[in-house]
Amino acid sequence: MISLLSANAELIITIVKIALLLFIVLTVNAYLTWFERKVVAHMQSRWGPHRVGPHGLLQPLADGVKFLFKEDPTPAGVDKFVYYLAPLLALSLALTSIAIIPFGPEPLHLFGHDIYLGIAPLNLNIGILALFAITALGVYGVALAGWSSNSKYPLLGGLRSSAQMVSYELALTMSVVGVLLMAGSFNLRDIINAQASHPERGLLGWNVWPQILGFFCFFTAAVAETNRVPFDLPEAESELVAGFHTEYASFKFAMFFIAEYTSMITVSCLCTIMFFGGWLSPFPASWTFTHYVPSLILIPAGLWVIWDGLRYETVFGRMVLPGVGSVITLLGALFVALPDVNNFIQGPFWLLSKILGFLFVYVWMRGTLPRFRYDQLMAFGWKLLLPVSIVNVIITSFVILMWGKK
Amino acid sequence: MIPTNYYVILSAILFGLGVFAFIFRRNIITIFMSIELMLNAVNLAFVAFSQALGKLDGQVFVLFVIVVAAAEAAVGLGIIILIARNRQTLNVERVDLLKL
Amino acid sequence: MTAQLVVFFALAALAVIGAVSLILQKHPIHSALSLIVVMVALAGLYLLMGAEFVAAVQIIVYGGAIMVLFVFVIMLLNAGVEEHTSISKMAGIPGLLLVVALAGFVAATIAKSGASVQAATQTGMLSSTKGISEMVFKDFVYPFELTSFLILVAILGATVLAQREKS
Repeated sequence: MISLLSANAELIITIVKIALLLFIVLTVNAYLTWFERKVVAHMQSRWGPHRVGPHGLLQPLADGVKFLFKEDPTPAGVDKFVYYLAPLLALSLALTSIAIIPFGPEPLHLFGHDIYLGIAPLNLNIGILALFAITALGVYGVALAGWSSNSKYPLLGGLRSSAQMVSYELALTMSVVGVLLMAGSFNLRDIINAQASHPERGLLGWNVWPQILGFFCFFTAAVAETNRVPFDLPEAESELVAGFHTEYASFKFAMFFIAEYTSMITVSCLCTIMFFGGWLSPFPASWTFTHYVPSLILIPAGLWVIWDGLRYETVFGRMVLPGVGSVITLLGALFVALPDVNNFIQGPFWLLSKILGFLFVYVWMRGTLPRFRYDQLMAFGWKLLLPVSIVNVIITSFVILMWGKK
Repeated sequence: MIPTNYYVILSAILFGLGVFAFIFRRNIITIFMSIELMLNAVNLAFVAFSQALGKLDGQVFVLFVIVVAAAEAAVGLGIIILIARNRQTLNVERVDLLKL
Repeated sequence: MTAQLVVFFALAALAVIGAVSLILQKHPIHSALSLIVVMVALAGLYLLMGAEFVAAVQIIVYGGAIMVLFVFVIMLLNAGVEEHTSISKMAGIPGLLLVVALAGFVAATIAKSGASVQAATQTGMLSSTKGISEMVFKDFVYPFELTSFLILVAILGATVLAQREKS
């Protein structure tokens, strides 16, 4: 048994990584919905969900249970195979794109094997191109869902949404070319290492400063790709009933929902990796005292959660919140106490905090901006964003030709 | 490693299936899709030979084939839309006369 | 049976099943979905051969753009289940014989040809992206520019064809 395990060690490590990553991504999805509702609510001067658990933290659980128990009707006259295939396709493609993202530079050393964070192998020479391939296939989930529902509004919503996704894919891929020219490779780890080539610059060595135009093009195109506000006309509730997922009920609608939030997370990961240095710390490398910043953030946060929990109104909150707070505090203390763990956790900590920042910007835009009309949306994508990203490529290649790789 | 002739035989089978789909189907869009299947089979043969010879010319040619197939699909589908609008049918046997 | 051979047979079977399904399905949208399956299987085969750039381009351009165009046209034209008239039923059996003859001819040619093609296994090729880009921009730069011109012509042609008549 042990020999069987050790012979297929790579396979078993990969399977365990996939299972763990799936679990983490689905949990983050669920709490992202909680985060969105709370943040949008506070921006609108109201509380979000705050009854279901302490601070509404069990709301995603309640939503999940609701989705499982709701009736799941299938409309008459649908094309059964395509109707069931569309949400499955959308969900599986969205979850597959998480496999390509690297989460940390240092490997874990367990059982004599080096386990790197991230499922894709280290030398995946077409990293970002594979992500674009998966995004390109994601159009089918929307188009087929709209068509197979055998109804007017989903068909219109599906066609509009897939036309929007195909149009903004061009601007998305062109705006990344500047970063690729500077890094010289499609591999995501190489892109981050190219930004670390001047470790003394810290924050100023990131790709966002020379590629500011590319960053804005990429972020705008990515928001349009994931059908989020202000580009969510095809699925807005007041416009087209609910767009392409009108005829989909409980569990299949949950699959579309998860697919949308997962692609949000993927795009945030891509933005941080390509433009904001991925797992690089914003401080220069010589300031080694900044290795304690994770603990410096976690310990006060945990103490605040404990203090807030002790004064909470419900008994359940008074039991759960101090528990959660003490876990966070212990984690922070652990990082101070064990320097090996602290070194390992630096990369993932910075990556996750930057991803959280981008997710906050996504939710912030949802709470603030009105949506585009469809013809304004298409004109913006073709007439403004695509020429600007092409201009970015031309400027970048000119600068690299004249002055070498800056 | 996998011998090259496995790939070439698979390419031949796919090409043959594409030809059969071209002859047997009557919907003009499906006929067009069988042309794409034939082009894909040929691409597979190109890449297999490029691997066998150790040169990259085959893969460059595959890129050009894909680009030409994209241009052809765009114009061909435009023509199909026009035929469907004018003759109100997508069956190839009903569009075999120049005048209605 | 090494792992590579198993993966090859799985992907080859997927491609052939997709092609057969393209022939046998009644509704054009199911045929389109089968063709997408064939293309993804072929992209997997390209990855197995080490041609990673071509695999990515195949999925992005063929699977993500050309087939989307097909699916859009099928949805817009509301193509339904097609009928089979007597002519097409007559063409079935001779067509099958013709195809078997064609594929058999190619297979026999390969089997009879020299040992070089038969037993040639893949030589490793490093960094196909860099190599392909060098070849495209150095040796094949004229065809590259001509294909960009061809795409421009195709865009203009498709736009003109799909316009409604100004009556």
